[in-house]
Amino acid sequence: MILELPLLVLLVMTAAGAILVKDLVSGVFILGSYSFVLALVWALVGAVDVAFVEAVVGAGLATVFFLLTLSRTEEKDTELRRLPVPKVALIGLPLLALLMLYGAGDLPVFNDPRSPASTHLSPLYLENSVEQTRTPNVVTAILMDYRALDTLVETLVIFTAGIACALLLRNGAR
Amino acid sequence: MNTFLFFVLVALTTVMLVYLYRVVRGPTAFDRVLGLNGISTKAIILIVLLGTIFGRVDMFVDISTGYAILNLVGALAITKFLEERGERE
Repeated sequence: MILELPLLVLLVMTAAGAILVKDLVSGVFILGSYSFVLALVWALVGAVDVAFVEAVVGAGLATVFFLLTLSRTEEKDTELRRLPVPKVALIGLPLLALLMLYGAGDLPVFNDPRSPASTHLSPLYLENSVEQTRTPNVVTAILMDYRALDTLVETLVIFTAGIACALLLRNGAR
Repeated sequence: MNTFLFFVLVALTTVMLVYLYRVVRGPTAFDRVLGLNGISTKAIILIVLLGTIFGRVDMFVDISTGYAILNLVGALAITKFLEERGERE
C-alpha cells in the first residue's frame, strides 16, 4: 500500500529529530511521537498486537519512565556533550548498512505464501493447535503452550526489571 | 468509499507532518506538548480508519482506546514533570 511510504518518512524524521534536538526533555517528547508512528506502521502491516504493545510500552510507559529519570537527576548530569564523529564511523557505518541491505535481499517478500515460514511452521500451528492445546486463539496457543518455557523465562526477566525499577524509584532515592 | 477513506488517511498523515514541525522546532516545551497531543489524536483516528479499511473495526478500536488512555497518562506525566521543574527553554 502506498500509505507506508509517508509513514516511513515520518518515522525517519522523528528518529532524526529525537537525536538532533537540543535538550533531553524535547528528545523524550519526540521519541513519544516516534513510537506513535511506529505503532501505526505495525497496525498497517497487520501486526495488531505488536502495535498495541508499541503504543503501551513505547509511547506510554517509556515516556513516563524517561521523565521520571529526568526529574530525579540534576541538570548538570543530563547536559548534552556532542563529540565529533570519528572518521572510522563515517566510513564504516554506511558500509555496514550496505552489507545488511545486501543480506536483506535474500529474505522472502512480505506476505509471500511460499516463504519457508508459511509453508512449514504456520500451517502446522494453524491445523493442530485446537486439538493439541484446546485453545481457540492460535497466538495464545503458541505463546502459552508451544513456547511456554520461553514465555516463563521472559516473565522472569520482566519481573526482575520491575523490581529493579521499583527499588530505584523509591521515594527519596536519588 | 474505499478511495475516499484512503484520501482521508493521506490527508491525516500530512496533517501529522505539520504537528511534527511544531514538536521538533517548537520554541517552548508547551508547544511540543501540544504538538505531541495533536499527533496522538491523529494517530487514534488513523488506527480506526485503518480498521474500517481492513474491515476489522472491533479489533482496531481496542488499540485506539488503549492509545487514548495512555495518551492521557503520558500528558499527565509530562505536565506534572513541567510543574516540578518549572518552565524552561
